[in-house]
Amino acid sequence: MEFRRGSNDDGLDRRFWGRSQALWSAAKREGRYPSLPNDLLYLSHWFSSVKLTQNSVIMPDTHTLVNDFLNKLKKRKIEGSKATAKLTAELLRSVISQQRLPNTNQAGALIHAIKAIGEQLTTANPVEVAVGNIVRRVLHIIREEDVSLTTASIGGLSLQGLSDDEEDNPLVSAAAAAAAARTTLRPPSLQTLLEDMTPHSAATALHHSSSSAGDSEDKTKSTDKNSRSRKLKHNVIETVNELIQDIATCHEQIAEQAVEHIHHNEVILTLGSSGTVIEFLCAAKEKKRSFRVFVAEGAPRYQGHTLAKELVARGLQTTVITDSAVFAMISRVNMVIVGAHAVMANGGVIAPVGLNMVALAAQRHAVPFVVLAGIHKLCPLYPHNPEVLLNELKSPSELLDFGELSDCMDFGIGTGSPLLHVVNPAFDYVPPKLVSLFITDTGGHNPSYMYRLIADYYSADDLVLQQRPTS
Amino acid sequence: MDPRRAPRTVIDPKVRQVGFFAPPDRSQSVPLSQSSNSPSSPPLSDLSPSGNSLSPVMIPPPRHLSDLSSLPITAGLPPTRLSPPVHRFSGESVVPIGSYNPSEFASPSVGDLFEDKNARSPGPRRSRGGGGSAKIASSLPAGGFELPPEVKPKSLTTVSVVSNLRPNVTEKVGEKSIESQDGSGANSKQPLKEKTSKAERRALQEAQRAAKAAAKGGNGVANIKTGKANSVQKKDNASVAAPSEKRLADHKDKDRKKDAPHPRMQFDDATRVEKAKKRAIVKQTEVRNRVELFRHLPQYEHGTKLPHLEYKFFSLNSNSVHPAVYKVGLRYLAGDISGGNARCIAMLQAFQESIMEYSAPPERALNRDLTAKINSYISYLIECRPLSISMGSAIKFVKTRIANLPLTLSESEAKANLLSEINHFINEKIILADKVIVRHAVTKVRDGDILLTYGSSSAVEMILLHAHELGKQFRVVIVDSRPKLEGRLLLRRLVAKGVSCTYVHINATSYIMHEVTRVFLGASSVLANGTVYSRVGTACVAMVANACGVPVIVCCEAYKFHERVQLDSICCNELGDPDAISKVHGRKEVNHLMDIADNENLQLLNLTYDVTPSDYVSMIITDYGMIPPTSVPVIVRELRKEQIWSG
Repeated sequence: MEFRRGSNDDGLDRRFWGRSQALWSAAKREGRYPSLPNDLLYLSHWFSSVKLTQNSVIMPDTHTLVNDFLNKLKKRKIEGSKATAKLTAELLRSVISQQRLPNTNQAGALIHAIKAIGEQLTTANPVEVAVGNIVRRVLHIIREEDVSLTTASIGGLSLQGLSDDEEDNPLVSAAAAAAAARTTLRPPSLQTLLEDMTPHSAATALHHSSSSAGDSEDKTKSTDKNSRSRKLKHNVIETVNELIQDIATCHEQIAEQAVEHIHHNEVILTLGSSGTVIEFLCAAKEKKRSFRVFVAEGAPRYQGHTLAKELVARGLQTTVITDSAVFAMISRVNMVIVGAHAVMANGGVIAPVGLNMVALAAQRHAVPFVVLAGIHKLCPLYPHNPEVLLNELKSPSELLDFGELSDCMDFGIGTGSPLLHVVNPAFDYVPPKLVSLFITDTGGHNPSYMYRLIADYYSADDLVLQQRPTS
Repeated sequence: MDPRRAPRTVIDPKVRQVGFFAPPDRSQSVPLSQSSNSPSSPPLSDLSPSGNSLSPVMIPPPRHLSDLSSLPITAGLPPTRLSPPVHRFSGESVVPIGSYNPSEFASPSVGDLFEDKNARSPGPRRSRGGGGSAKIASSLPAGGFELPPEVKPKSLTTVSVVSNLRPNVTEKVGEKSIESQDGSGANSKQPLKEKTSKAERRALQEAQRAAKAAAKGGNGVANIKTGKANSVQKKDNASVAAPSEKRLADHKDKDRKKDAPHPRMQFDDATRVEKAKKRAIVKQTEVRNRVELFRHLPQYEHGTKLPHLEYKFFSLNSNSVHPAVYKVGLRYLAGDISGGNARCIAMLQAFQESIMEYSAPPERALNRDLTAKINSYISYLIECRPLSISMGSAIKFVKTRIANLPLTLSESEAKANLLSEINHFINEKIILADKVIVRHAVTKVRDGDILLTYGSSSAVEMILLHAHELGKQFRVVIVDSRPKLEGRLLLRRLVAKGVSCTYVHINATSYIMHEVTRVFLGASSVLANGTVYSRVGTACVAMVANACGVPVIVCCEAYKFHERVQLDSICCNELGDPDAISKVHGRKEVNHLMDIADNENLQLLNLTYDVTPSDYVSMIITDYGMIPPTSVPVIVRELRKEQIWSG
């Protein structure tokens, strides 16, 4: 392995690296490995990924961070897509900030590193698509920043050639050019669409631009190089910070639209619990709307009880019903408002278990089925057999106590196949035709429009996080 | 004449051929009607419907010769409306005793005879029993549902009645003029077909009544269905000698009054609730936060009065509720007995016990006093828990039998008669019916099937166990839901028998449904519009199955069929214990609602039943065979006929 002690890195990073390396070698000497075998596995993974990414180096303390997070994901310690998304974004931010970048093709190196981590994260909990979403978002951010930066530098160069007085203030002009580039790049034009849709052309374009940037870099001074690499990092971190901010405030942005959707004396049905739904309903309540909420309890997790408690505390008329009474009550309901676990590119929803039933009942009675989803829940993948592949079976103890039927289970012993199965899935797939409306923090959307929204947020290059093995 | 007539008459035999009626159905109808003629000795063995189900999907063999002879009349495109009635009846008299003759009353010639009369009685002509069923119980729905006339009744009559019809024809014709005077004006919109069937029914009833009156030497037994209505019965007793047309007129007025669906006790009507409370034995307390949408239903706290009532058991005075009935009521209240069949059988057995120990006071007639007694029992049972449809049907039966007891019988004979009748009902309508259903349904279980069932239905359980005993290889998916978790009990029983099971919660239905090949559901009742009134959650399961293209098979005994119609689960339902919602069995950590249960903003709704739309149901398996939900009204009508004739 080759570690390049780059002259352009500050001492802080070096210090960290040295210390953790020492710790690691000490641990190795004593045969004291990190406690979990999983860690080892990931270490080997990590090393291999480091070998693969010869140009990039991941700092070991980010590595421990990654491992912690991986463990949490594996053990399903993190609940809820919002929390997961936030943690993922924060993790990636720290990874980026401690990433040492080579002189050439910085963006490529960064993307490579993030992809490597993203791959591990998504395999740790493939069901929690929010992780993959955030990884892809960050990758997209890096790409965009890189593009805007190169256009800016090209612009800066051309400016340099034109007038000398711009030279003593290159940062300002570059930033202005970057901003301009960003604004020109963002709006959906046919060209950007084409670039998004054709990964090869986009990739070649990127490589071309970076290599051309590298060519141009050769002419500039080393200090300029230094500032450019820092600038990329800086910009990316800045945007990731914005993303984290977005995730944190998406509830409020969704809740702001509540008044537009809930009228006076409305009867709303919801199932289970979702933070977004609570905020949404409470926002309407705060605007002096009076309405009534039916809460299906959402067995076997009974999150509906928590939701009901919250709503009652805020002074909303709440009726708790069993899940089985959904069909009976839906005929008196004006709107179904639910949260989602993830929204797929086709407009289908991975939702807490039981919602497919609610959606079917709502469709039967022509009741609008509204899904609230923050942008971090938008997944750019198209689902295949999502009921099985994007699902997760929880512990049967939520349905039956261990040993509850042990007194009458003598039969299955001899035959080898167990007599009793207890199935406790965590999620349901609601097909797009059953969804009336998505409310995201950017407004309301039809299920058929989700693919477009997704094209705004993700780059087509990143849809597959798995890296092809290098020959 | 009316062009709509002809196709309809043709429809009848067609319907019967494509339907899944096992051919021996006809043999079933015969003993039934025989028993009607000799109610004191019901031929129990003859009645076994299980013997009828040789092959559930067999097309009935060609009809009886006499049927064939009459077929041209029914099936001929322009019905021979002009054929003289005399000819019709003369043809009828050739029919050997006990034969089944479906076209007998479908023949338009009879309708011709009374066509005029019918044109004048457009109102829904419920049988006189309307009054009786209305009296049954405040919570027993006795809606004035008029049977759709599309399908001709498969008559259950016997020749003895038919032959009695003949002398009555003249009477009828005379009556016609009187009827036309007090008739309520012709309603030309009424389809002609309907008129005919009404006319037939009326004619037959009249004929039967006349026959009975003649046979019993003026004992004047009321019309069968009337039995429950004391007032009507009184009238009958009083007017034995009176000309039948006058009686008929009286009845007509009564009918009209009772034609309006009897209002179930509406609990948003304060005055009536107050009245009911005064009479009540079980003084239930209202729940704190009533659900606004269900103000019309009783919303009581559950279980709070039980210890007190149990204590009261020892101080029962003989005038009030019989101890056996009291015990059953308490078990309903405590939830020990649940499920339509179990509740019905428990009630009937309690009635039997009370009848056994009953002796009529010297100054009163047995059947009147006993009816009053039974009525008081029933109102007590309703206080404990609203009646199920199955119980309503059984009560109707018991009351009919009591009212129809010949006055010539001594008390002990009458009691013995009643006891055997009730036994007979339990055996025939519930136990044997279940056996028939099992036989039919087992043919629908193939090797390798994955059968899904919801909750715990006694019929479905029997089917699964029987199929397992037959050695079929299948797996059962038991869907369960809170708060009753009845599926767990079923799971336990099935696993103990070695049936391999999968247990899921109702929310996971759509997950598991992709594997399932058939859905078997039980029902509390099947309503006349084909909707299935059943344990809450059944509709959800049926809906998901429908969405996944899995056939939904509902198993329900025919005595649970009801002529009421219902579109949603709100208007008529039963509310369970609200506290069962906030307490989660076996999950101590889920207690968010415990401390805020008194908050006025929080309501807990524990529905007991829901209504499954008929389009989710692929097939209903009943003791009459396997039918589509659209044929439910036929069975309802058939049943009512049976009651009329066998009473």
